[in-house]
Amino acid sequence: MMEAKNDIAPIKKQPAQREVILQIKNLNKSFGDNKVLNGFDMTLYKGENLVVMGKSGSGKSVMIKCLVGLMQADSGYISVMGKEIKTLDRDTLDALRSDIGFLFQGSALYDSMTVRENLEFPMRRHKKKLGNVTDTEPLVLEALKSVGLAHTMDLMPNELSGGMQRRVALARTLILRPKIILYDEPTSGLDPITSKEIIELMRNIQKKYDTSSLIITHDMDCARVISERMILLVDGTNYAEGTYEELIQSDDPKVEAFFKK
Amino acid sequence: MAQVLKAPKKLREFFIEIGELSYFASRFFKEFLRPPYEFKELLRQCYQMGNRSLVLVLVTGFIIGLVMDLQSRPTMIQFGAVSMMPNMVGITIVRELGPIITALVCAGRIASGIGAELGSMRVTEQIDAMEVSGTNPFKYLVVTRIVATTLMLPLLVVLGDAVALYGSALVEYFKGGVSFQLYFNTVFKALSYGDLVPATVKSFFFGFAIGLVGCFKGYYSKKGTAGVGVAANTAVVFTSMLLFVIDFIAVFISDIFYDL
Repeated sequence: MMEAKNDIAPIKKQPAQREVILQIKNLNKSFGDNKVLNGFDMTLYKGENLVVMGKSGSGKSVMIKCLVGLMQADSGYISVMGKEIKTLDRDTLDALRSDIGFLFQGSALYDSMTVRENLEFPMRRHKKKLGNVTDTEPLVLEALKSVGLAHTMDLMPNELSGGMQRRVALARTLILRPKIILYDEPTSGLDPITSKEIIELMRNIQKKYDTSSLIITHDMDCARVISERMILLVDGTNYAEGTYEELIQSDDPKVEAFFKK
Repeated sequence: MAQVLKAPKKLREFFIEIGELSYFASRFFKEFLRPPYEFKELLRQCYQMGNRSLVLVLVTGFIIGLVMDLQSRPTMIQFGAVSMMPNMVGITIVRELGPIITALVCAGRIASGIGAELGSMRVTEQIDAMEVSGTNPFKYLVVTRIVATTLMLPLLVVLGDAVALYGSALVEYFKGGVSFQLYFNTVFKALSYGDLVPATVKSFFFGFAIGLVGCFKGYYSKKGTAGVGVAANTAVVFTSMLLFVIDFIAVFISDIFYDL
């Protein structure tokens, strides 16, 4: 089953000389005495796929939540498309969020709404961005088609499989045409074949919509296939950084332990 | 000794919770006044809240009216005051039993439902997804629910009262041969503004408390799926307790204004 994933060839692009689209400098976050992020730094370039890996509790999800303002960092600098997150008022932050797609670990589809309503929901506040559309159906249909689920429009989320839910969630992130997509464990809880499909989908989306992606994952195959650059997060700080090939050849015990897991 | 030392901690936690609930309520008023307004969701919630509890309120009200009349009748006969039955039942139901029983039934039905629904949305990151999509989840989920319960509870109380009086009238009709017209004429003659106004006003507060505590417990639900159950359970317990406190305060204030 695992070999099936290896059919997908890794992306080979050079990140150098690109426009910085997202930047984190010296990010710190604690919960009581537990220091989760300890001076974390990161830069995401336009069109790049950056993978952040780390053990459970290493602060990956906290970092991604600080990025979209779901959590407040204790200190540090976060800038998305040149705008510093903590200086933004609610309306400006909401407008900026329309340029950031977020795929949640458990899909986070609204279970009291149909697939169509789930996709229409983000458009309520961002109609201007979409040219004040009154008929949202073509947009919903296009987003669903791009994930191969046009036929599920009137189904409820609980009528979909885990993989289908993840695809619908991906379609929901695409509906506002984001410039950056944040993936929080995109393949967790999925079987290897569905994981492979999701990875393919992520690659296709990046090609089609020219998005930049920040991917948080434990899935080594996902990281190998999708990443152009990787950051290994240990104890809330960047422990190692490089391409998949560079990191897998590292003889540092912590990096080795992670890659041989 | 350990128990003695634990007591202040629990007390402290209780007061912290009261403080957090007060902050939550103040945030509600702030968000309630600020646009954009979620009218569509508010209407949906009003329909849900009213519709979900209507049958339960009607059945409970009918039984309460019936039982109250049956239980009080022998005593009233003993004192030669059976003709006062409609007055007594009417005043008791409109002033006290109708609002508090309806509120308690709704606390069990609505507060637990809201607590579980929002708790589950919190655990499955649906609230975060809403925030990221540019919708203020507090306004969309919390404000609409609190306003819906505040508006719907007085309506449910009126319907519950009506059905309870009808239950009592049925007993009087079959046991005492009192016609429905005479029964309801006597009831409405006995009721004054001092009975109706405080009961209606406190019903709004009951509705507010049900929505507020249900949303508070669900919105800040923690500890995964187990936390959803805790949120639903504590929402009912906390709301029920709060309803009696509000009832006490309402009766106290009514006494000052209407000299009950």
